[in-house]
Amino acid sequence: MDLFKSLIVILLSSVLVNNYVLARFLGICPFLGVSKKLDQASGMGIAVTAVMLLATAVTWPIQYWVLEPLNLGYLQTIVFILVIASLVQVVELLLKKFIPALHKGLGVYLPLITTNCAVLGVAINNVTDGYTFIQSMVSSLGVGLGFLLAMVLFSGLRSRIDETGIPKPFRGLAVTLIAASFISLAFMGFAGIVDALFA
Amino acid sequence: MSKNNNWSILLKGILKENPVLVLILGTCPTLATTTNVAGAFGMGIAAMVVLICSNMLISLLRKVIPENVRIPCYIVVIAGFVTIVQMIVQAYLPPLYEMLGVYLPLITVNCIILGRAEMFAGKNSVGKSALDGVGMGLGFTLALCAMATIREVLGAASFAGIAIPALEPYKIEVLVKAPGGMLVYGLLIALVFVITQGKAPLKKSFSCAGCPNAKHCHSACTEIADPANAETKEVQ
Repeated sequence: MDLFKSLIVILLSSVLVNNYVLARFLGICPFLGVSKKLDQASGMGIAVTAVMLLATAVTWPIQYWVLEPLNLGYLQTIVFILVIASLVQVVELLLKKFIPALHKGLGVYLPLITTNCAVLGVAINNVTDGYTFIQSMVSSLGVGLGFLLAMVLFSGLRSRIDETGIPKPFRGLAVTLIAASFISLAFMGFAGIVDALFA
Repeated sequence: MSKNNNWSILLKGILKENPVLVLILGTCPTLATTTNVAGAFGMGIAAMVVLICSNMLISLLRKVIPENVRIPCYIVVIAGFVTIVQMIVQAYLPPLYEMLGVYLPLITVNCIILGRAEMFAGKNSVGKSALDGVGMGLGFTLALCAMATIREVLGAASFAGIAIPALEPYKIEVLVKAPGGMLVYGLLIALVFVITQGKAPLKKSFSCAGCPNAKHCHSACTEIADPANAETKEVQ
């Protein structure tokens, strides 16, 4: 029961309170870059969630079964980024070969994810926070869903911004960032809600 | 002539092609580590060291690295230097190590470093690449410090950890929290646009312009708009 409760807390807090994009500033590039249209935003969000789950499933065993027994903890960054990059490549090849329909939908987002700091960040954070394997997977799922939520919300907001008259210096990225700041402000309201629910 | 050229390589990173405010690269550490000046300065210097070293090594290896696998090679070089910097900071500056946390290893995937490797170091001589690294690193550090100064002075009523009692009653706490980062960044970008109007290279409408992934980003966007194009734009 305690395990279940801790999993729920991890899931909710990584979706809402510690939202990677809006509260921890990881994965900002795709958040600003691919959030113009709803279908692209949701495609990117789903692809990121899938890659995060895969990356965690691979990097957690590597950290605890390979790097730590061999005292190679300092190689964490290099090993993780290489594993994630090659994983993304392999997934892309497999999707292309066996499920071309899915590749058409999601495949285009995969190369962008290789150097997405949210993916490397979630792999490193799971180790830093000392999560077990199951907790790590749930936390990755939560982070991915949180990313998807932020992308979808933001793409809706952006399509409205594009239709309004904006002073010239603010056009493009400046107004996008300011809009993102308001969404982030709204998400601050979630802080404390998860602790309060289970206190 | 060549002297002028070198100066312009060094100086363009500071305002005209400022990586943070004009090229819009490396947004994640910019937003995350600018809650106080000390952290921002540390982050800037750490990234600058990695940038100079990786630029030089990649420039040295530019004739050895095969075209097709250059991105993985660049990432390995960068990750190696990041690990070195991370160990040095952990050993000699433990408070900074604590402050930067996960953002220190994440320098590996900072678009500025990979972007400069792809755009500059892979095509230019070692000396020029080193200069480019210094210029871009300085631009990054200055932009980070400027943002951190605004956020810390107005948001926490202190500068580099030293309290400013006169501002204490007027501090706007939200500026040191997450939304404040994006707000200040957005306002600064608009300000730089006004200052450099007409001189700065035209900003792309999305953030990752210049990052090696940008072309994939682009292709991701165009492919959906135009499925006929999908097959021709494969990942290299």
